[in-house]
Amino acid sequence: MSKFKVLVVDDSPTMRQLIVFALKRLRDVSITEANDGVDGLKKISADKFDLVLTDINMPVMDGLKLVSLIRSDATHKDVPIVVITTEGGLEDKNRAIALGANSYITKPIQANHVLTVVKDLLAIT
Amino acid sequence: MTDKIKDTGEEPLVQKKEEFLQIFKKGAEFTQELLKENERLRYKLAQLEESTGSLPGDSSGSDEKLRRKIEDLQAEIENLTVAFKKVESENTDFASRYVDIEEENNNLANLYIASYQLHSTLDFSEVLQIIMEIIINLIGAEVFAVLLLDETSHCLLPVATEGITEEEVPEIKVGDGVIGGVLKSSESYFTQDLSSKGDVDPLDPLVCIPLTIKDQVIGVIVIYKLLMQKEKFRDVDYELFTLLAGHAATAIFAARLYSESERKLSTIQGFIGLLTK
Repeated sequence: MSKFKVLVVDDSPTMRQLIVFALKRLRDVSITEANDGVDGLKKISADKFDLVLTDINMPVMDGLKLVSLIRSDATHKDVPIVVITTEGGLEDKNRAIALGANSYITKPIQANHVLTVVKDLLAIT
Repeated sequence: MTDKIKDTGEEPLVQKKEEFLQIFKKGAEFTQELLKENERLRYKLAQLEESTGSLPGDSSGSDEKLRRKIEDLQAEIENLTVAFKKVESENTDFASRYVDIEEENNNLANLYIASYQLHSTLDFSEVLQIIMEIIINLIGAEVFAVLLLDETSHCLLPVATEGITEEEVPEIKVGDGVIGGVLKSSESYFTQDLSSKGDVDPLDPLVCIPLTIKDQVIGVIVIYKLLMQKEKFRDVDYELFTLLAGHAATAIFAARLYSESERKLSTIQGFIGLLTK
């Protein structure tokens, strides 16, 4: 049984595959994928996750809305959230952090950077 | 009278004799005691020598042994120091190689994922969507367009754009400007100066990649602007451009053929349906 459960929310299969590929290098991590914010929220409600990685620009429900909904839910309000987006400006970063995101990764993503952020939040040495 | 004389003359002699004998006896006893003491001391000395294990004359040999031992240990320390430095150097080398291999692994992963995704569908619009995802997510472009060669007009027409409308991208003929030049030569174009990425000029791209199947160019990918945080191209970006040049072209070509054959099949099935009624 895996020690950590990670949810990856992104509408792009390419991005999901890239993130999953990076996370698979970590032991004791099981990964669940979601296509958008609504799908992500549904999966969070059905299970308990140790970390959520979400894209911002997604159809149906964007990543920022998902972050605010997770934070407003008493059951999942403490789960660490990493926001992944193309927006590189400081304003967007501050907005995501203000809504409750713990960390922020800009595209194009690099597997090493994703791993560093995830390991830090999950306290994996 | 004689007895008197005898008595008076012999008495001191006898007394002296007795005294002498007493002294002699004491001397003999003392000598005996000395001999015993001598014997006892000899025995004790022998015991001490036995317990130390060496004779007092061997101390110089023991020092020599110790000196040789110290020299051996010093030589061993020097050897270990040299070996440690060698291992340390090897360790640094391995760490550096590990970082390189890790980066290479990541690059290969990016290329594998791009290739895998490109050939994961035969739907034309999905193929275009995947090409766009690769350009945004793996390369880091903000404004770009995919143009395909129209066989009737022999012009490049936009089929997918990001950050720019299709109307803003002009029709380009073979040999016209940078983009037309890439179409004609089928060689990729990379601008030298990536710092001037503020304004977008549809005829002056940062990068133009020909989409080729064998020697035939079927279109181009044109990048006008990179994401704010993307300051320069990495080695893997050039690998991705090369991959896109070949794999995106074949994916587009296969999807077009498939949709065309699907359309024809549907038409034929319609005709057969009419004939068999």
